[in-house]
Amino acid sequence: MTSPPDAQQAPYVGLFVTCLVDLFRPSVGFAAIKLLEAGGARVEVPGTQTCCGQPAYNSGDRRDAIAIARQVIETFERFDYVVAPSGSCAGILRLHYPRLLADDPDFAGRADLLAGKSFELTSFLVDVLGLTAVDTTFPGTVTYHDSCSSLRELHVRDAPRRLLSSVAGLSLVELADSEACCGFGGAFSVKYPEISAAIADTKLRDIAGTGATTVLSGDLGCLLEIAGRLARERKAIEVRHVAEVLAGMTDEPAIAGSGQGR
Amino acid sequence: MAYSPRNFKKASVRALKDPALQRALLNVKRGFIAKRESAKANLPEFDTLREEARAIRDHTLTHLDLYLETFERKVADSGGRVHYALNATDARDIVLRLCQEANAKRVTKGKSMVSEEIGLNAHLQASGIEVVETDLGEYIVQMRREHPSHIIAPIIHLNKETIERDFRRAHTKLPPQRRLDQTPALVAEARQIMREKFLAAEAGITGANFLIAETGSSVIVTNEGNGDLTATLPRTHIVIASIEKLVPTLEDASVLLRVLARSATGQDITTYTTFSTGPRRSSDPDGPSAYHVVLLDNGRSEMLGNEFADMLRCIRCGACLNHCPVYGAVGGHAYGSVYPGPMGAVLTPQLQGIDRARDLPYASTFCGRCEAVCPVAIPLPDMMRTWRERDFARRNPALKERLALRLWAFAAKRPRLYRVLSRTAAGMLARQAGRRGRLKHVAFLKAWTATRDLPSPQGKTFHDLYTRQQRSKRQ
Amino acid sequence: MTDPGEARAEILGRIRAALGAERLDRARRSAVTRRLERHPRGTMPQRAKLSGDQRVGLFKDMLAKQGADVSRVATPKEAVGAIASYLGTCNLPPRLRMGADSVLAALPWREAWDIERSFGAAQAGDRASLSRATTAAAETGTLFLLSGRDNPTTLCFLPEAHTILIAASDIAGSYEEAWDRIRAIFGEGSLPRSVNLISGPSRTADIEQTIVRGAHGPRRLHVLIVGAA
Repeated sequence: MTSPPDAQQAPYVGLFVTCLVDLFRPSVGFAAIKLLEAGGARVEVPGTQTCCGQPAYNSGDRRDAIAIARQVIETFERFDYVVAPSGSCAGILRLHYPRLLADDPDFAGRADLLAGKSFELTSFLVDVLGLTAVDTTFPGTVTYHDSCSSLRELHVRDAPRRLLSSVAGLSLVELADSEACCGFGGAFSVKYPEISAAIADTKLRDIAGTGATTVLSGDLGCLLEIAGRLARERKAIEVRHVAEVLAGMTDEPAIAGSGQGR
Repeated sequence: MAYSPRNFKKASVRALKDPALQRALLNVKRGFIAKRESAKANLPEFDTLREEARAIRDHTLTHLDLYLETFERKVADSGGRVHYALNATDARDIVLRLCQEANAKRVTKGKSMVSEEIGLNAHLQASGIEVVETDLGEYIVQMRREHPSHIIAPIIHLNKETIERDFRRAHTKLPPQRRLDQTPALVAEARQIMREKFLAAEAGITGANFLIAETGSSVIVTNEGNGDLTATLPRTHIVIASIEKLVPTLEDASVLLRVLARSATGQDITTYTTFSTGPRRSSDPDGPSAYHVVLLDNGRSEMLGNEFADMLRCIRCGACLNHCPVYGAVGGHAYGSVYPGPMGAVLTPQLQGIDRARDLPYASTFCGRCEAVCPVAIPLPDMMRTWRERDFARRNPALKERLALRLWAFAAKRPRLYRVLSRTAAGMLARQAGRRGRLKHVAFLKAWTATRDLPSPQGKTFHDLYTRQQRSKRQ
Repeated sequence: MTDPGEARAEILGRIRAALGAERLDRARRSAVTRRLERHPRGTMPQRAKLSGDQRVGLFKDMLAKQGADVSRVATPKEAVGAIASYLGTCNLPPRLRMGADSVLAALPWREAWDIERSFGAAQAGDRASLSRATTAAAETGTLFLLSGRDNPTTLCFLPEAHTILIAASDIAGSYEEAWDRIRAIFGEGSLPRSVNLISGPSRTADIEQTIVRGAHGPRRLHVLIVGAA
């Protein structure tokens, strides 16, 4: 990787860790930092962040969603950019905070400003930092699951694929219905576990159809769902966050201990 | 189990365990999605037309009263009559009265979701009128005494073996040794049975895909031709349609027609698209001598003024159902409503009340595919979220997740507390999982582990590791 | 039950209240009047802009895609031949129901002397019919048939096989152009009792999404294009 960026010119990025990465898989956060620094950014991780507020927002708890949104804005507005290794978190910052706070005279403008500088990781690397290739190896057939937020809220599709195409030894096979949901849906996964699993099974069939030995995605929620169902169904496909592969940080066991180990 | 949105949870679990239904749904999911994609790919102007379709619907809705008045005037000019119905009860009574005035003992029906919504058939039958559904799917639904499971493809949940059994049971006058194992034979039999009904009916009832203000016309789109036989042969034609079906002009209808069939079935246009304007003229040797349009409100005018106004743009194509992962997993009957899937999750609480339909807005992963394929860009997930907000604000005691959510939000607003809780959870779960890297049973997450393993956390939180890393860098 | 006049007033009143609109608001009224008078067009597909033989070619392709049998002839004499041979292809007796359409009447029927023609609305036993379309839209292979004594509507739906004759020069590119041709006949804001847009033979996919022809309307549709484009 390249030498540390010039502190004066480097874009000042606040890493939005996400609650799932913090709790389940910190290696994704470290992979994100490594990639951002490789792209020339100066990265800081504000210690007062907790969550983007999706659980409250999508459950109809508007009041708490607004309170958390204000907190996120206060924590992150000093940065040039806010980057999350998650389409759903970046999505709520970009699209939904402005609407949540539209009637708040103090925060409406600040929400708009934050929205304009919030990004999902892979699209930030490619579209803003201009980092379109990585210098790493990951041999094997891989398939990629686009999270619904990345796809439909943020229109991220090419960025992760572009980066993956630069990984030595990696061969990407697309899923048959690459725009299909994995069944996670946040609280949906516990409110309707049977339907959630059935939707995941359709995704699992598509994954099996690609012949890939590894499935990647940019959202940990989707990955927990997919890995959890694969494990329950005793399937050996390796599940990782795309950041881990791009940063060459695949020594850690895969999600749910999946795959054969490398 | 009663057919009701109240039973969604139970009905959906049952649907998941129904192998015949699951086989049928597998066909649907891939078929409809691929067909729409293909139709879209073949029309470069598709996305532009969607924007125009949305604009036409918005313009019409913001001038709905005026277009209704124009429509009514034009219908009268051509010799027809318009009747306004406030609610389902009034609509049913009006249609019954019109049938009785026409001395109609036998009535044929084209497919109409609005007629299902108001429970029209049972009402007419209770007064001794024979009602025959003529759309093949609806005919079979009627025969089975059940409900359609999709707004465009009523029997998407059935396979042909089931239908063969039903036909043999119902069509007793036909030779029992006849072969009915192939679909063309089933269709031919339905055609034969229905022919006599078409010719005998004294009144025909259809819905309307659109009502054109400019000319006072009702429009139906079909592939079978049953709607036309229903509208043309009997001496009375009754159209039942909800008020938001209004479209200003023939040009506006042309734009909407360009996106309707393509979004619904992937066809460029349905076989038959018919514009009916009033009863027969002096120069017509065929056609009904009386033409009535019953305009139904039943909650639409209220929607114009609330957060669900955009839902009125809906042109009933069914694309949202076809692309919905939840609908694709459980089918339409689980929703217990004439309107299932994403559009049903928004509309049913409005029409039947949030009390009855409260599970439906939660039956969504918010994947957003519905909105992405909607030809008039209805923000369906946003509206489902609005229903969830209304439900949350009512402090519904059935919402047991409420407590978990409030606790979560409490912690999320207090970073230091949050750190402690995350650290504890990460550590505990990682220890419980050990080297296996996953958990089959987790204390408070039975709902998750019911159907999936829970991947184990790595053991330490990101923030603890990062803090430690930053500290050692500084030393 | 609510009094009819009351229901009307109630519904219109609710709509206006929901929209925050005044009944006599001039701006709203003129927006509506303008749109109705001008009936502005939306986007028409590029393919609708084809002309001449290319347009006819598109028309044929779209109809064939929907399962219609399409043929093109140069002269009225050939048209009669095509009508007769189609009945043979369908294994139908040489009997046709048709309307009083003068163009159809003027065809050289002596060239198919064995065809028994009957006139008026279709009857239950009719197996084949013949209509003429006023116009068509090539963009989706859609024929526009108007009700009336000339081409009764039931001809389109009761028989098993329906032949629709259309002059190549009557085929428009887009729906909008087709409607304008109809407006030229009937005037603004006025239509005959029925305008049937027909784009293929009757079909259904209700059973297992398998397409079957001849659900309730004609099993076979023959579109006969006559003359130069």
